[in-house]
Amino acid sequence: MIGIINYGAGNIFSLTAALTRQDITYGMVNTVADLDLYSHIIIPGVGHAGAAMQKLTQTGMVDAIKVLKVPVLGICVGMQLLTAHSEEGNAELLAIFPLKTKLFDKGLSIKIPHMGWNKIAFKNNFLFEGVAPETQFYFVHSYFIEYNPIFDIAAVHYGDKFSAAIQKDNFYGVQFHPEKSGKEGERLLKNFSNLSL
Amino acid sequence: MLSKRIIPCLDVKDGRTVKGINFVDLRDAGDPVELAAQYAEQGADELVFLDITATHERRKTMIEMVKSVARQLNIPFTIGGGITEIADAEALLNAGADKISINSAAVKNPGLIADLAKNFGVQFVVLAVDTKHINGKNIVHLNGGRLITALETESWIKRAEDLGAGEILLTSMDHDGTKKGFDCELLGKINKTINIPIIASGGAGETAHFTEVFQKAGVDAALAASVFHYGEILIPALKQELRQNGIPVRI
Repeated sequence: MIGIINYGAGNIFSLTAALTRQDITYGMVNTVADLDLYSHIIIPGVGHAGAAMQKLTQTGMVDAIKVLKVPVLGICVGMQLLTAHSEEGNAELLAIFPLKTKLFDKGLSIKIPHMGWNKIAFKNNFLFEGVAPETQFYFVHSYFIEYNPIFDIAAVHYGDKFSAAIQKDNFYGVQFHPEKSGKEGERLLKNFSNLSL
Repeated sequence: MLSKRIIPCLDVKDGRTVKGINFVDLRDAGDPVELAAQYAEQGADELVFLDITATHERRKTMIEMVKSVARQLNIPFTIGGGITEIADAEALLNAGADKISINSAAVKNPGLIADLAKNFGVQFVVLAVDTKHINGKNIVHLNGGRLITALETESWIKRAEDLGAGEILLTSMDHDGTKKGFDCELLGKINKTINIPIIASGGAGETAHFTEVFQKAGVDAALAASVFHYGEILIPALKQELRQNGIPVRI
């Protein structure tokens, strides 16, 4: 069963609805003790990364999350929290990935936020099992995770190339919203729920 | 490359969709959930629901509808109509809406844009602007074009961006309902002055109008209602044509 870290950063109705549509069972993780109840963990998140990190810290779960051994999926700001630092609020984050979360460069003549459907180039990774090449996913964000070939499992172009998905051991992150990305997004959530290490 | 978005707009009253619907497989053309799912299936990139309910029960029925839609729909959607305060927006966010669209309330109280952006992020706040050409100027109108304001469209949109609007939904009242094409001139002009996405609305009558608005005005998305509802334009065919014209779309 999937445990959703419940730390008050954004609404999770759409995520739980998508899991329900896929017959994936889930529960809420409110305390460190709750973490043991689940085989998989999702860290959702919408809004300001610095503020989200503050809220997560207030739950007292930060240290326990860092040493999780089960599959963990961070979505959008939940993914950014897995990196070391965000320019949004100049915030120190979980540092599970030695990566930085940066603001899009207006100088590249792109609109901010990056909002809409964009094509990703994903690597051979179980998270994308059965997902058609050239599939587009739904993004909405103003900060991005720098591209690093060591951790990147899916890259995307907007102004510049950055990571749409990353992995390190049991930790996964996706910048797009699988719960809003049509059937292929739902497939990704299903794949995550079937991940075993 | 980021795809250009195609957005059907659905009018909702008392929790039911209004305007005629021409889909063949629909059991209940007034059911927003079924209609939304049908559009998602066809390849719509996003949906906008415009609530025109005028009763005391409006908030409750709106929330219930948003929840039902969010349970079933796997693409993003925006809800607009009658949102005047933070509490309205928060209830809609918690019910699963991805964005809210505000119009009159923002004109009456521009600070609302900043408050919403601060509380929920700029990505949540769509500013809808109805504009009409009057004596050589573009003037913001309210109440579906019936009420004129003192605001010039270009400066109002610029100000809204500064306040924290994350996206602009610009409807030309001169073009709306004519089916003669979008107001590419105005849309292109405004698109150049802002750094947030803009959705073109008003005037779609045929597929060529969509190609034109993306090519000439460079907008990020195009919205239409009746041409989709009556089946005059089918989204898969529209997207094929856009792709053939070199416009990036999601198929």
